[in-house]
Amino acid sequence: MSLTPAGISQVVAAAVGAIKNCTSLEELKKIKIEHVGDKSPISKASQSLGSVAADQKAEVGKLVGAAKAEIQKAFDEKFSLLELERDARVLVEERVDVTLPSPRIPIGGLHPLTILTNEISDLFLGLGYKVAEGPELESEWLNFDALNIPADHPARTMQDTFFIEPLESKLVLRTHTSPVQIRTMLENEPPIYVICPGRTYRADELDATHTPVFSQVEGLVVDRGITMADLKGTLDYFARAMFGPDVKTRLRPSFFPFTEPSAEVDFYFNGRWIEWGGCGMVNPKVLEVCGIDTTEFSGFAFGMGLERTLMVRHGITDMHDIVEGDIRFTRSFGSGGR
Amino acid sequence: MKIPLSWVREFVDLPKKISLTDLENAFVNVGFEVENIDVQGEGLSGPLVVARVIAIEELSGNKKPIRYVELDCGEKSTRFVICGATNFSVGDLVVAALPGAILPGDFAISARETYGKTSNGMICSARELGISEEHSGIIVLPPDCAKTGEDAVALLEINDVVVDAAVNPDRGYALSIRGLARELAASLGCKYVDPISKIDTSKFGINKEGVQISVEAKDALSVVFIRTIAGFDTQISTPLWMSRRIEKCGMRSISLAVDITNYVMLELGQPLHAFDAEKIDTALVMRRAGDTKMITTLDNQKRNLDPTDLVVADKSSALALAGVMGGASSEVTDTTSKIALEAARFDPMTIAKGSRRHKLSSEASRRLERGVDPSLAEISSARAIGLMIELGGATYVGSSSFGEPKYAPIVKFNPNFVSEYLGTEVSLDEVEEKLKIVGCDIAKKSETNWEIDPPSWRADLLLSPDFVEEVARMIGYDRIPSKLPTGSAGATLSPMQYRKRGIANLLASSGYSEVYNYPFVNPEYVASLGFKGDRAKSFRIANPMSEEFPDLRTHLLPGLLQTAVRNLARGSKSAAIFEIGSVFRNLTPLKAVASVATDKKPNQKIIEEIYSSVPLQPLHVGAVVAGNFGQAGWLGDASEFTWNDAIGMARKIISNTGNISSTVTSDFAPWHPGRCAELQVDGKPVAHAGELHPRVIAALGLPERSCAFVVVLSALPFQNPTRVTPVWTMPAAVQDIAIVVSQDIPAESVAAALRTGAGELLESISLFDRYEAIGDGKVSLAFTLVFRAPDRTLTAEEVSTYRLAAAQEAKVQFGATLRD
Repeated sequence: MSLTPAGISQVVAAAVGAIKNCTSLEELKKIKIEHVGDKSPISKASQSLGSVAADQKAEVGKLVGAAKAEIQKAFDEKFSLLELERDARVLVEERVDVTLPSPRIPIGGLHPLTILTNEISDLFLGLGYKVAEGPELESEWLNFDALNIPADHPARTMQDTFFIEPLESKLVLRTHTSPVQIRTMLENEPPIYVICPGRTYRADELDATHTPVFSQVEGLVVDRGITMADLKGTLDYFARAMFGPDVKTRLRPSFFPFTEPSAEVDFYFNGRWIEWGGCGMVNPKVLEVCGIDTTEFSGFAFGMGLERTLMVRHGITDMHDIVEGDIRFTRSFGSGGR
Repeated sequence: MKIPLSWVREFVDLPKKISLTDLENAFVNVGFEVENIDVQGEGLSGPLVVARVIAIEELSGNKKPIRYVELDCGEKSTRFVICGATNFSVGDLVVAALPGAILPGDFAISARETYGKTSNGMICSARELGISEEHSGIIVLPPDCAKTGEDAVALLEINDVVVDAAVNPDRGYALSIRGLARELAASLGCKYVDPISKIDTSKFGINKEGVQISVEAKDALSVVFIRTIAGFDTQISTPLWMSRRIEKCGMRSISLAVDITNYVMLELGQPLHAFDAEKIDTALVMRRAGDTKMITTLDNQKRNLDPTDLVVADKSSALALAGVMGGASSEVTDTTSKIALEAARFDPMTIAKGSRRHKLSSEASRRLERGVDPSLAEISSARAIGLMIELGGATYVGSSSFGEPKYAPIVKFNPNFVSEYLGTEVSLDEVEEKLKIVGCDIAKKSETNWEIDPPSWRADLLLSPDFVEEVARMIGYDRIPSKLPTGSAGATLSPMQYRKRGIANLLASSGYSEVYNYPFVNPEYVASLGFKGDRAKSFRIANPMSEEFPDLRTHLLPGLLQTAVRNLARGSKSAAIFEIGSVFRNLTPLKAVASVATDKKPNQKIIEEIYSSVPLQPLHVGAVVAGNFGQAGWLGDASEFTWNDAIGMARKIISNTGNISSTVTSDFAPWHPGRCAELQVDGKPVAHAGELHPRVIAALGLPERSCAFVVVLSALPFQNPTRVTPVWTMPAAVQDIAIVVSQDIPAESVAAALRTGAGELLESISLFDRYEAIGDGKVSLAFTLVFRAPDRTLTAEEVSTYRLAAAQEAKVQFGATLRD
């Protein structure tokens, strides 16, 4: 080729033209050898600069350099463009159906009773309550006598108790978690703020709304100046956490040997009053048997069934689902995260 | 207790119209749950008339007796109706629904052809009229109680509202019209007249005529009255107004004498018992049964008496189980003419014990064990014999009594306590007003000291909070405001509670589903799983739900296995389930505690005795993996779950608690004896894991190679926070080592030897291959050793020295050789 400006322009035009018309990376590879590589005209021109007369060297060198840069630029641009095109094509080809299920990710779940117990525990921890637990197989004295339910009193038959053989062992499956309240008061000085969640037992046949093995959460507060208004406020707070901020509650007079005054607490849900649990001011006889000075301290207690709470919250219509351990039921609750 | 409003109205100025909702709320607001409100006569319209049976033609050839009956319905001519009942005769007065009448359930009466005759109406049973469940025959009215053609709706007082109110055990007085009427009046602010204000006892003075009473068991009652009448005509029927009221209260009308005792009991709340006075030998005595062994009660049951049973006896035998049920020998019959009526205020506990011992809960015992107004023994017995004289043609003979009514003590009460306890202001005037409404007398000694004399029927009003409840009930619980108290800062979960949560979350997020099984098990089933010795020693429930499941679980697996089976039976291909719960093992002799008083805190020694009478109940976590783990799907089969995965999960649970476990082989049931690991912490067993015994798997129909693990959460020590060394960042040098060792040597022991030999620059060791087919009872174990120094890059020569040292240690301990 001639190292004239016209000759160089011709080379550039040929190279840039080829690059411009190129449509694939493979073609571009060939073009590279032909127009950009060591054996390309422009490279050869560059190599032959040595034979140019000294006085023209600078000028021709400049021309060749600019031409080389122009070709390289055209090539680089084309290369990136084709590469982008190829990438786009390949990624499209690799596309998958992201809606496919993921069977390798294990699906387990916590039983909703556990989730609810955790939630209630956390709620009350936030109010400064401890979570107290105790044995399910319990002494009659702690389950009944200390709670002002003497032997042969009709109140004892209110709760269909499972007794352990021999009867002289005076062991029962606890009918409520109240013996945990008694243990807490026997072991601690007031102020006392505890909730007592746990499994409880009463001889009711399993049906859509009853189960002989069920779960309760009870609350106990013993402090100076505790009033029934404190009880009501605590239940309101609890009910709102369980059933939403607009839930209404009401207290109705009732009877429990271990509270005086006693009440049933109901909440209003989906257009009707639903019985939630029992509550009241702790009977001074109960405080005294636990060594608490009733001239200084008073207290309230409440207790409700967790199954009932669950059924209302989650629209569970049959108790069998809660007790039968069907994994389809448990899995629908996941790990209770939010 | 069921109460008809018509009866209540006799004592309460109720508004003429009261909605059912208002009625229900009125009861609920003062503490009586309403179980049912029955609007009787609803859906019933006439003509419903009194009719006389003129003639009966028995129609034969039918499957059941059918009568063609001629009735005089007070019309010009008689009517003929078909009737399927047979409890009536010619001349009886019956109730006939005539064509055009509509009976409850939208049952329209019309003339119709049946059994080849025209039936021109219907003779009604009580159930057909919606007034009781009685359907064993048609209603036969007392003779001459009405004229034929008279409106039976009015005669039978059918239109009425019957409220069934639940009465709590502390309110025995409310098991009566008197009590519930008072509560309803108080709740609605209506005027109330106490039924006893109309009763005059002065006509029936105490004398030596009639049956005399003495009391030996003086601790069992405070007061008793025996009143005797003669010339009672047992042919006289109970008047309709009385039998209807008794029926509306849910009891049955039996005979005039018995009905009167029941009527007075329903009205006032005092159980009464009528003896045939001719059958009493000389006099009555209240005593313990002692040597008297037997009584036949009214229900014709022979009952063995406990020496401590309270009986009403005469000179020769026990005549009644006092307060619970009368005896058959002195029962009032249709030949009775002289009656001795007993009314007593028994000690509630005595009656409760007797009732429980004989499994006999009667209308009488239900009231007496809740405590009856002591003033009623005298008043109610007078009321009852008054009725016997008035209605039964009897004459008064005499009365005998023993004891005095014992009333609740006068209580010193600071009325300001009401506001303090309720947390809302209740004025002293209001406190006074409300306490008076419930029947208290108040002597005001000062603004802060009232002496309150509770009413005779309220033996439960003893402590200040009892009076607060009465005031609160009367002002309404909705007056109490809402205030949120909080405990002190710093409440946290206990370490065990954190542990339970952590492990439940670990298992749930690892793919296990949590279940809660009943702890009731069948001992044969438990034995069939291979549990024996201490691991099978259970507690037996004296009164189980089902005789099939009388024992408490000693282990979580029996329940978990059955739940796994249930899941598979319902179509799951596999199930991975876990449970966290207590188990009950009967390992130490049960120590019963003597009865402990509840009037004050027991001393520490007694508290400890009570505590130690309760067996330890260890907390376990258990899991069963039946079949593969996870789900099969478009990526292929679910992953295989093996003995090794079960052991691994148990190890993970233990390490999650900050404990380090070691593993030994075990042969515990119900696991596969060659594929069960016992995990130990500090040398003590804390877990078992592995594959289930093939026999158990086969018996339960579980998928082959199903696995299980159980970790005793309460046996794992709580560790201090883990201490760690700094993480070294110089390059690691990796060496593989394969050694051949007898297959009896546990891999864990080989790894431990290598670790010892490799020295302190060994960062980790992991088994990457195990090759069994080497023969000669040997296996090849290949480990990757990772070495790292804190301060330099290790050289190849140095690391290979450590590798050989490791191999040397394995050789010394187990005769292991390097495999090339």
